[in-house]
Amino acid sequence: MSLSAGVDVGSTQTKAVILNDQREVVANALISTGANVTRAAQKAFDEALRKAGADREDVLCVVGTGYGRYKVTFGDVQITEISCHARGAHFLYPETRTVIDMGGQDSKVIKVGPNGDVQDFVMNDKCAAGTGRFLQAAAEVLGLELDALGEISLRAVHPVRLSSVCAVFVESDIMSYLAQNKSVEDILGGVHSSIAARTMSLVRRVGVEPVVTFTGGVSRNIGMIRALEEKLGTPLKVSPDSHFAGALGAALFALERAEKLSFEGQPNAV
Amino acid sequence: MDAGMNKETMYQGQMHKIQRDLMLRWYQELDAAVDNNAPVVYLMVSGNCVELLHACGVLPVYPEINALQLAIRNQSLPALLKSEELGYSSDNCAYVKADMGSYAMNQKTTLGTRIPKPSLILCNYVGCSTYIKWFEHIAALTGAPLYMLDIPFVRTSEPLPQDVEYVVKQLNEVIEILEGITGKKLDPEELRFRVSLARIAEELWSEVKALSKHSPAPYDAYFDATTMMGPLYVYRGQKECVDFFQAALREFGERIQQGTGVGYTEKFRLVVEGPPPYPYFRTFRDLFANWGACAVASTYSTVGGIWEFGFRHDPDHPLKSIAEHMLSQNLANRNFLQRYGQIKRYVDEWQADALVIHSVKSCRLFSAGQGDMREHFTKDLSVPTLFVESDLEDPRYFSTAQMRNRIDAFFEALEHRKFCNTHVAGVAR
Repeated sequence: MSLSAGVDVGSTQTKAVILNDQREVVANALISTGANVTRAAQKAFDEALRKAGADREDVLCVVGTGYGRYKVTFGDVQITEISCHARGAHFLYPETRTVIDMGGQDSKVIKVGPNGDVQDFVMNDKCAAGTGRFLQAAAEVLGLELDALGEISLRAVHPVRLSSVCAVFVESDIMSYLAQNKSVEDILGGVHSSIAARTMSLVRRVGVEPVVTFTGGVSRNIGMIRALEEKLGTPLKVSPDSHFAGALGAALFALERAEKLSFEGQPNAV
Repeated sequence: MDAGMNKETMYQGQMHKIQRDLMLRWYQELDAAVDNNAPVVYLMVSGNCVELLHACGVLPVYPEINALQLAIRNQSLPALLKSEELGYSSDNCAYVKADMGSYAMNQKTTLGTRIPKPSLILCNYVGCSTYIKWFEHIAALTGAPLYMLDIPFVRTSEPLPQDVEYVVKQLNEVIEILEGITGKKLDPEELRFRVSLARIAEELWSEVKALSKHSPAPYDAYFDATTMMGPLYVYRGQKECVDFFQAALREFGERIQQGTGVGYTEKFRLVVEGPPPYPYFRTFRDLFANWGACAVASTYSTVGGIWEFGFRHDPDHPLKSIAEHMLSQNLANRNFLQRYGQIKRYVDEWQADALVIHSVKSCRLFSAGQGDMREHFTKDLSVPTLFVESDLEDPRYFSTAQMRNRIDAFFEALEHRKFCNTHVAGVAR
C-alpha cells in the first residue's frame, strides 16, 4: 500500500486524512487538540491509520499543517493551513476561486488560482470575532450544544443586532438580550449575522470571485452557511469533507511530494 | 539558511560595531551633560534638523530613540504599564508611553546612562499630532521651554514657497532661543560647515542605499538600515557621521565583490513599509531570513529624511534646505500618493519580488491607509503584498505563532508563483 497523509493541528481540533495513490480518501480522523499538541497529532494520525487498516510504514509522506504543524514530530514537511485549505478546497471543488475558512480561533479568506495555488489571503487580526470561538462563547452562555446553534438560528424572526464583535463581550451582550426577553432564535440569528458581517470585511479585502467554497469546522454550521450566503449574494460550496479541507490539502501536498521523489528515483527520501 | 552560517556573522558586520560605539559615545556624552549642565535639545526623528543643533553646539536627545532602546532590549513593558497606571490609554502611542513611563520611574537608559533634562524641547511637528501632547507633557514635567515648530503637511507635489518661508522664519526664532541658551551667537560659517558635512553623509548614505540594488544585496535594507539610522540622526552634521557611512560603504562594497550578501542565499527581494517590531526585532528578522528573504529597500529608513532620490542639504542655502527637508524630504510629512510612488520606485528600481507592510498599532499616522495601500499594490500593480500587524514598542501586540503563519503562507505562495514564472519563462525560451 502506498499512502500519503496530512495532519492539521488546529487550535481546537486536530484532523488527519490519509490518501491512496489514486487521490482517494482512505480514512480521516478528528479529535480535540487539548493541551498536548504533539500527542494530539500522533493520536489523530494513529486513528486515521487504524481506520485505513494501514501501518506507519505504508505512509510514504506526512505533511503537518495548522498552528501545531511544527509539533507533528513524525511529519516530513510543514506547510501552512492557508496553502493546505486552498489545495483541499480546490480538490473538493476544482472551480473554487475563493475559500472562506472558519476555524476555532482563525478565519481567513483565500483567493485561489486555477491550480489551487494561493494568490492572496487575509486573516482575522489577533481577535476571535468572526471565528468559531465567538459561537462557542454564545453556546456557553445559552447553555446549548455548539452543534445545535446553526439550526436554531435559522428560526430567527427578528435577529437582534449585537453591539459587540468581541468574543468575550458577546456573553454580556447575550445576557442583556435575554434580560429583554428576546428569543434564543433571534439572539442566535444575530450572532450568526454578526460573524458573517465580520467575515465579509475580510472577503472584501481579497475580493470575492465565484465559486466560493466554505471550509473549516464552522462550515458544518448550517446557520453560518446561510448567513454568509445572504451577505455574499452567492451560494457557497460546502462538502461533508469541508471540515477536513486543511488536512486533505496537506495530504495532497504529501502525495505530490511522494510522487516527485518516486519519479526522481528516491522514494524513501521523504 | 545556509549550513554553517554563523548568526553573529549574519547580523553583525563592522558597520554594526561602529554604530554601537557611536551610540554608546552619544549616550555617555548625554550622561556627562547631566553633571556639566551642557545644553541639550529634545526633538523628533521625523524630518529632524540635527545639523542646526550641532552648529549651535547643543546635543540632541530623541525620546523616540530612548523608547525604542527599551523595546529592543525587552525592557519596555514595565514602562508601558507605568504610563498606563498614570492614565495613558492603552491605545496611546507606545513610544510616548514607554518614554513617559520610564521618565516617571526615573529610569536610566538601557546602557546605564542618564538622560539630562532638556534645555529646550523642540517639537518639530512633522506629521504627528500625538507627539505634540508628548512634548507638552515633557515640558510640564521638566519645566523646560517648549518650541512648537509648525511644519505644514505637504499638500502639493513640492512644498509651496510660502511653506518654506514660513518654516525658515520659525527656524530663525529657534536659533535665537538656542543662542540664548548657549550664550553664543550662531556663526553662519559654522552652520554652512555643518550642513556641508551633512551633505557628504547624505551622499554616502544614498550610495549605500543604491548598493542594495545588487543581487544578492550586501545588507538588509530594513533591519540593517534601521541600525544605520542611529548615526544618521544623531551625528549628521558631524565628521563621525561621514566616517561611519564611508566605513559602511566600504564594507558593503567588499561584500558585493565577494558576493557575500546578507549571509544566507537571497531567494526573495522585499520592499518593507512600516517600523519594525522592536521588542521582537531578531525574531521578526529570522522569520524572513528562514525563507531567504532580504529587504532591498524600506520606507522606514526614510522617516528622518529621503536622500536616495537626490535631495541634499545645501551649504549655500542652509536654512532653506533644512526647511525643505523638514517639509517634504521625509516620509512622515508626505501624502499617501507620494508614499505609493516611493514604494513603486523601490519595487521597480530595486527589483523587488514583493512588498511587506508591517502595520503598527501605536502609530495611526503611519498605519492609517495601509489597507488601501495593500489593495493598490496587490490589485492595481500586481505586486504580491503581505500585510502583518503588531507594534513597534509594545510586546503585547506581537504573537510569534500568528506572525509566522502569515509570513510562511505568504512565502509558500510566492515560492510557487516564482517557480511557475521561471518554469513558464523557461518553456517560452
